Amino acid sequence: MTAREEILGRIRTALGPDRAAPAPIARNYRTADDRSAAQLLDVLTDRLEDYKATVLRCAPSEVAQTVASALQATLGEHPEADVVVAPGLPADWRPDGATEDDGRPAVELAGYAATVTGVSVAVAETGTLVLDGSPVCGRRALSLLPDCLVCVVTGDQVVGGVPEGLARLEPLAPLTMISGPSATSDIELQRVEGVHGPRTLLVVLVG
Amino acid sequence: MPAFGTGSGAVALRFRYRKRESAMTAVFLGIPTAPRDVGHLRGDQSFPDAARGALRDGQLRANLGHATSTIRAKRARVVGEVPDWAELREAGRAIKAATMARLDEHLIALEEQVTARGGTVHWARDANEANAIVTRLVQATGADEVVKVKSMATQEIGLNEALEAAGITALETDLAELIVQLGDDKPSHILVPAIHKNRSEIREIFARTIPGVDPELTDEPRKLAMAARTHLRERFLRARVAVSGANFAIAETGTLTVVESEGNGRMCLTLPETLITVMGIEKVVPTWRDLEVFLQLLPRSSTGERMNPYTSLWAGVTPGDGPQDFHLVLLDNGRTAVLADEVGREALHCIRCSACLNVCPVYERAGGHAYGSVYPGPIGAVLSPQLTGVEDNASLPYASSLCGACYDVCPVAIDIPSILVHLRAEHVEAQTRTTPEAAAFRALSKVMSSPRLWHLAQRAAGLGRFLARGKPTLPAALPPPASKWTRTRDLPTPPRETFTQAWAREHGR
Repeated sequence: MTAREEILGRIRTALGPDRAAPAPIARNYRTADDRSAAQLLDVLTDRLEDYKATVLRCAPSEVAQTVASALQATLGEHPEADVVVAPGLPADWRPDGATEDDGRPAVELAGYAATVTGVSVAVAETGTLVLDGSPVCGRRALSLLPDCLVCVVTGDQVVGGVPEGLARLEPLAPLTMISGPSATSDIELQRVEGVHGPRTLLVVLVG
Repeated sequence: MPAFGTGSGAVALRFRYRKRESAMTAVFLGIPTAPRDVGHLRGDQSFPDAARGALRDGQLRANLGHATSTIRAKRARVVGEVPDWAELREAGRAIKAATMARLDEHLIALEEQVTARGGTVHWARDANEANAIVTRLVQATGADEVVKVKSMATQEIGLNEALEAAGITALETDLAELIVQLGDDKPSHILVPAIHKNRSEIREIFARTIPGVDPELTDEPRKLAMAARTHLRERFLRARVAVSGANFAIAETGTLTVVESEGNGRMCLTLPETLITVMGIEKVVPTWRDLEVFLQLLPRSSTGERMNPYTSLWAGVTPGDGPQDFHLVLLDNGRTAVLADEVGREALHCIRCSACLNVCPVYERAGGHAYGSVYPGPIGAVLSPQLTGVEDNASLPYASSLCGACYDVCPVAIDIPSILVHLRAEHVEAQTRTTPEAAAFRALSKVMSSPRLWHLAQRAAGLGRFLARGKPTLPAALPPPASKWTRTRDLPTPPRETFTQAWAREHGR
């Protein structure tokens, strides 16, 4: 007997022959949010800042400029090519002279100072940005290796809670949920920002 | 109203103390428990013996007290701000119960979905088989080093030791696991394996074991985290194989989930060419929607955050993004034996948040090592004895005061106190020799069934007042074997007058 057959057999033995249908799941928790878009942006900002992310709000026409000045403030004077962007990032979001990710090896990617990507969904209540591997978000290594991550979020991408966020996502895509910069609570259960992932998270909220 | 509070006087009434189905046990059904010769589910000492040493370690108690009180406050704050916590908790419980009721079907669906997306699924009856599968998969890549994401399942089966025996170095990359590995120590907490170490002890371990570490390294947590970043950065970039666990696996889509904080998980799940995920069979959940419940329950219960910094989800292989060779190892190792126990199977609902450890007065004082298993604390006290068979961890169901705080905080409402009582009963029934305690209670049962004997006994007990010398409890130093009972329990001094005597005096009959 294969291990598969044996384990499945054990499960059937354990559950016995008379299996009642499992009780239906009562989903009486919140699955919608009646707060206005403006309120959700405020909640998202509050939660991101609570995690020590930096939030910058701007009009749709000011994205590239806001990204550039945020990078300037974080990195100081830096070569323009030190910034790598997701291949699908709209042209008018890109800082001047940024490099477009072309699937280069991780070691090279790690040499960049900062990354700029879009997101797929943002969950206000938990301060979570979700990247889905689409061209505007880039592959997973892109938002991981450079030490500073800039995410551009548009107002229509912001939802209230986790259920609304997941409903908008494609379960088969490689998804990364990001809530603040990399952190750890492993020393005396005290949260410290900045371990292996990007130590700086800058969020540009459009609208 | 807040979903939980602890320490209510009525707590004992809240357990369900269910009657056990004595005929339906795993032993009876012939379902094997976790093998003895491998892994970390059994300690060398019984809990009381191990705890005695731990209780004498003042530094350990200070570290644990500090860390658990910090996390309790954080958890209470973020759980309190969720208005529908009770509804989420109930949904979490119901999803887990429904999953277990159809576990075979969900695993088959999961296998089908993972395979359809380019992954390979392996089944492992026990720790030895899982270790052999992983070792073979690593050897097939030609690599002699693997990077690891913190995983309870691989700790449970002793994977690192098995790989080492095959000449493969397993590098733990979670900060706390790294501290434990570098310190040649054992994990003592589900979430924070190095909870028993404070910052200066961690600094000492890093200074001693990390080659080329800055000699000026201080014990500031941020500096220590940076030392780990520097130490592991180059290893992530060169790693060819990663081994992970999984928090959830979604049957209908084949999506695997790892919840973490530091980004070491993302490094392991993204950079190497080959990814091997070892997952207990109970980690499957039926639908994508189910994740909306657990991704709210887990981070708040675990690190006391609204959401953990990073959650990675992947389904099979994605061309051009992440590992191109993905293996999923489905592990039994005693889980089906737990499933066979209608009361005990609820322990399989655990999502490994560790909230029950952080509120447990016994854990806070004795620490995780005293439990002898990689699963310590209240959940460990019900899970470990079931995975191994209760006789191999017979002292653990007693490692509790049954205060019920664990049940109150459990995000999926596992009734841990009822399972503890159930396992105690199983242990007692398995005894072939009569213990002094059993003999005493048998005698007591006889006395309490007879009004005449009971009155005589009450009168005799009145003599105990001499021993008490006016104190409210009898002295702890009764002669053996009674001392075994009185050493850890207060025996109240018998009253001057019993209730029936007082009634007779006042009502004249």
